Amino acid sequence: MKRFLIPLGIFIVLVGFLAVGLKLDPREVPSPLIGKSAPDFNLPLLSDPARHLSPADLRGKVWLFNVWASWCTSCRQEHETLLEISRQGNLPIYGMDYKDQPADALAVLGSMGNPYVETVVDLDGRVGINYGVYGVPESYLIDKNGIIRFKFTGPLSREGFDKKILPLVKELQK
Amino acid sequence: MRRWTTFLLVLWLPLSAMAGEARPVAEDPVLEQRMIALSEDLRCLVCQNESLAGSRADLAQDLRQEIREQMRAGKSDQEVIAYLTQRYGDFVLYKPPLKPLTWLLWFGPFVLLIGAAGGLYAYLKRRTSRLADDSLSEEEKKRVTDLLANNGNK
Repeated sequence: MKRFLIPLGIFIVLVGFLAVGLKLDPREVPSPLIGKSAPDFNLPLLSDPARHLSPADLRGKVWLFNVWASWCTSCRQEHETLLEISRQGNLPIYGMDYKDQPADALAVLGSMGNPYVETVVDLDGRVGINYGVYGVPESYLIDKNGIIRFKFTGPLSREGFDKKILPLVKELQK
Repeated sequence: MRRWTTFLLVLWLPLSAMAGEARPVAEDPVLEQRMIALSEDLRCLVCQNESLAGSRADLAQDLRQEIREQMRAGKSDQEVIAYLTQRYGDFVLYKPPLKPLTWLLWFGPFVLLIGAAGGLYAYLKRRTSRLADDSLSEEEKKRVTDLLANNGNK
């Protein structure tokens, strides 16, 4: 009887490792930017290319930086969630239109509604690289001091936002 | 006459073949070579099992361009790698760096190997000592000497 206990034990440990491994999502790459200050940029606004926005302008408030594009289909999935968040008014959302035609982006906002306080335009994706963007949509939660506190890759769902981001927002806004 | 037309057409062939030849990839082949050598060891974030050198994803093209420009600006390979890991983390590296977090990754296999070798050694040692224990006891030895002394006759 005892003879079988050791291999059985090893087997159970192995199954445990494999089970955890199966649940890990390789798409979720941990961002090295968490806890660091948000990379600077000075980009033209989608609504008015003559005006520019930089993260420094948003010092003193907690904001969500949402990277999206009109060509990105999973961005449409999270659009409704973003609209809800903006309607609630707890957290201002600033968008970044990533490697996109401004006219297309404006058309999407026109037909689906605009959850963004402002959207900046990153035509060549340079700012995206600085933020470690590798698949839109991506969202960054940035605190009053301009520090990135959380990064979410993929379309935001209402549950995901309420569970992972909202508690953090409340804490940071204190 | 027809033969002449064919002949003329054949003469034209190499010209059209030349038109289809690929243009040089970059104006600086040495730099291009260096960029490719470096990006072979980097992971494309979008299609994760491809290297940055081999991927055709949009982001990979942008990143290759970025590497090219940084190299042209005189940055060393280490500096370019630092630039990328600051943004995308160690995940972009196919060869993870040696640090406390990756000790298990680097040394785990050797620990397993040494453990297994130790286990095998202990097992073999126990087995030989058990075999040695199969030798005759004092009482049996006495019987053997008695039997031999009697030359098999009772």
